[in-house]
Amino acid sequence: MSTLLEVDDLRVNFPTRTGLVQAVRGVSFSLGRERLGIVGESGSGKSQTGRAIMGLTPPQAEVKAKKLAFDGIDLLAAPARQRRALRGKRIAMILQDPKYSLDPVMSIGRQIVETLRTHEKVGKAEARDRALAMLEAVQIRDPARVFDLHPHEVSGGMGQRAMIAMMLIAGPEMMIADEPTSALDVTVQLDVLGILDKLVSERGMGLIFISHDLRLVSSFCDRVIVMYAGKVVEQLKASELRDAQHPYTRGLLNCMPRIGFERHPLPVLDRKPEWAA
Amino acid sequence: MSAEAIQSRRDWLLSDRPASRMQARLGRAYVAWRRFSANRLAFVGLLIIIGLLVVAAFADVLAPYSPTIGDLKGSRLLAPSAAHWFGTDDLGRDIYSRIIYGSRWTLYVVILVAIIAAPIGLLVGTVAGYAGGWTDAILMRITDIFLAFPKLILALAFVAALGPGIENAVLAIAITSWPPYARIARAETLTVRNSDYIKAVQLMGASPFRIVLRHIMPLCISSLIIRVTLDMAGIILTAAGLGFLGLGAQPPLPEWGTMIASGRRFVLDQWWVAGAPGFAILIVSLGFNLLGDGLRDALDPRSGEQ
Amino acid sequence: MSAAENQAAAGRGSARAAAVASSIGRFLVIAITTYLGLLAVTFFIGRVIPIDPVLAVLGDRAPANVIERTRREMGLDLPLIEQFYIYVKNALNGDFGTSVLTTNPVMTDIRRAFPATIELATLGTLIGSVIGVPLGVLAAVRRGSLIDQIVRIIGLIGYSVPIFWLGLLCLVLFYAKLQWVAFPARLDVVYEYTFTPITGFYLLDAAMQGQWDVFYDAFRHIILPASLLGYFSLAYISRMTRSFMLNELSQEYIVAARAKGLSEQRIIWAHALRNAAVPMVTVIALSYAGLLEGSVLTETVFSWPGIGLYITNSLQNADMNAVLGGTIVIGSVFIAINLFSDLLYRVLDPRTKAG
Repeated sequence: MSTLLEVDDLRVNFPTRTGLVQAVRGVSFSLGRERLGIVGESGSGKSQTGRAIMGLTPPQAEVKAKKLAFDGIDLLAAPARQRRALRGKRIAMILQDPKYSLDPVMSIGRQIVETLRTHEKVGKAEARDRALAMLEAVQIRDPARVFDLHPHEVSGGMGQRAMIAMMLIAGPEMMIADEPTSALDVTVQLDVLGILDKLVSERGMGLIFISHDLRLVSSFCDRVIVMYAGKVVEQLKASELRDAQHPYTRGLLNCMPRIGFERHPLPVLDRKPEWAA
Repeated sequence: MSAEAIQSRRDWLLSDRPASRMQARLGRAYVAWRRFSANRLAFVGLLIIIGLLVVAAFADVLAPYSPTIGDLKGSRLLAPSAAHWFGTDDLGRDIYSRIIYGSRWTLYVVILVAIIAAPIGLLVGTVAGYAGGWTDAILMRITDIFLAFPKLILALAFVAALGPGIENAVLAIAITSWPPYARIARAETLTVRNSDYIKAVQLMGASPFRIVLRHIMPLCISSLIIRVTLDMAGIILTAAGLGFLGLGAQPPLPEWGTMIASGRRFVLDQWWVAGAPGFAILIVSLGFNLLGDGLRDALDPRSGEQ
Repeated sequence: MSAAENQAAAGRGSARAAAVASSIGRFLVIAITTYLGLLAVTFFIGRVIPIDPVLAVLGDRAPANVIERTRREMGLDLPLIEQFYIYVKNALNGDFGTSVLTTNPVMTDIRRAFPATIELATLGTLIGSVIGVPLGVLAAVRRGSLIDQIVRIIGLIGYSVPIFWLGLLCLVLFYAKLQWVAFPARLDVVYEYTFTPITGFYLLDAAMQGQWDVFYDAFRHIILPASLLGYFSLAYISRMTRSFMLNELSQEYIVAARAKGLSEQRIIWAHALRNAAVPMVTVIALSYAGLLEGSVLTETVFSWPGIGLYITNSLQNADMNAVLGGTIVIGSVFIAINLFSDLLYRVLDPRTKAG
């Protein structure tokens, strides 16, 4: 299996008035053409890890790593121009809530075409055709109609499919999905996950799936990384999740409700300062 | 005072569990003050306004000459010099002294407008917000109508009908500047109208009058003060504009806008006659704007830009 | 709106039509009540406040028989409500009475002065938007930088300086000392008699007739007052643009646009500014209305023969008909711009289209 992404000792710091906030503190992993889940509670640094790989950390933050390489390209040394050319073309990212992550005053079709025409020299008509095909690929029934709609005119599930279409149209090799279904209704979540699943397998992409939902990640991914307070506390195969060693992971697992078991009192996550040290 | 004493006083002020209402109030004031004084520009604004108050209070002591009686024979239209810092006007009056006395008129205008317009706005807004229904619809429609008017032109027409003079100018400005206060007061009222503690007061049998006066109006005060402070500069500029058009304060009153109007005739040769009072207006308006911005950021962190 | 969008709209036709109808109805109610409010206030000012409106119109030196005749002509013997009805009817017909100063019907005077005011305010707003919008965008994009500080200072001074005073100082500097611009008026005296305007907008008229010497002269006269108004417009527009842009740039769709690999330029201008443009339209319209209102002061300083100067001159001669006529006309335009910008906001923002 060829390695797409290598992350070694990634650190993301935010200088603030009251001192340095260390959002990510030495995260290391590598990714091939496989599905990797990153799990953690909010504030664990999982989203900042994803954004640092994309190069989308806010300008005041400092990103350091012993190695951060995509397909042999040293991302931290790469000029801004080269990183931008990678975004959308070879590395894509799906954000949480289509209500906020699609431009409200631009039609869905134009937003998809925009990605394509940023990275490839294609004519208007061809771009439109490919955008329509992409909308079909994310199982939108009436692509020609949806193409001209504005984001506020479609449902959350439809919006997230449009988001996937927009991010995948240029054919990226790797994708970071940051809580891609958390803002959606439960019934729609499965549809969107199904679409994501299909596209990732068909196109042989590497996927980093960021979520707070351990069960979802374990059923969807091959491997799971558990993050706590900016650090990786455990890394294991999804199938071996039951044998997790770390007390934090065990705590997360214990929190999952199971049919047929009474739970009184509800378990509370243990947080020990030494895990963060 | 030892460092420990200061530390313990700060702890007392910032306590999570204030033991008395006084302590809570002081604590909140302390937090607001710390946020305010961290903003250097706002602090400059505060200094300007304090300066204005001091100058107005001690005008008699500070002004070297009479503001109204000049030396017609020996000192007409003199350029700025050691004897006359800002020069003299066409009637031989010392411009520096006139500007010092003029600060009183500036304060007179802003304070009067504020104490006429703010209560009108407060009353209209809280009543509309609390009563709801038709009362609200009608009062707000009137407010919106006034809001859609050009303020300066309307004030102008008012003064034209009432007759020129500083009292009428104040009245005209007040009549045209209450609507924003009504909107703010209504918005604040709507946010608290259905809250549990208002319900509690209702259950205890308080009259609507008492609820509006004692429980709703006090909550509107802080946002109203911010807005009034931000409007002060506008009030000063409108008053000066009316004075410039000959509708505000009448000569020989040393009102700054009127002074610019009378200096206009010789502005091409003796620019300082109109120049100095305009500069005074600029500084004081700037002071109010800086102070208002700072107050807004300190008291209302939601709208802070930084 | 594209054809496809229209089709999409037709699909949800009837609900949409009802929403549009109700919003138009609401708009009309607001427009009519606001305009009636304006007339009621000016009626109050002209007829109710003065102890004797006839004296207010004619001045106290008019002979007794003229006063008596005017009293009847003005209908002052009628009940107040009936007087108001007549007042509204006349105002809607553009009849504001006769000016004592010029002896013309007030509407004739206003029609002559109106283009001058519009020309000045339009040029001022143009200058203010063309410079103010990019400046505000830059200040937001490079927040905390030198340009951001400059925009802040421009705004603070613009909000604090008396416009008539700054105008006077500019006259001293650019006209008297540097002689870069022409004296306060619309045209040099030579051209006043040889040039026949068509629309009343001198820059436009001169260009249409190919009289470039007149164009140049008109430009030399208008540039200083227009720049001054432009500065005030700029102060407001740049400050508002900055805060709208800061708001847009912090949205998630900007992160998504970056994730797509778009260039910063495209993100700023095609996405953030396009979104900020919706509230910006209102700001620019309000700034235009503000300049119209400020014309009273600017035109007085620059002897610019527009409605503002007309009102000021009439004020000094206690010519109430002219003052109120001018007030109503500027007030009406002001209200119309206010309402229009509100309407435009709805049209520009696709989110409000569905109603």
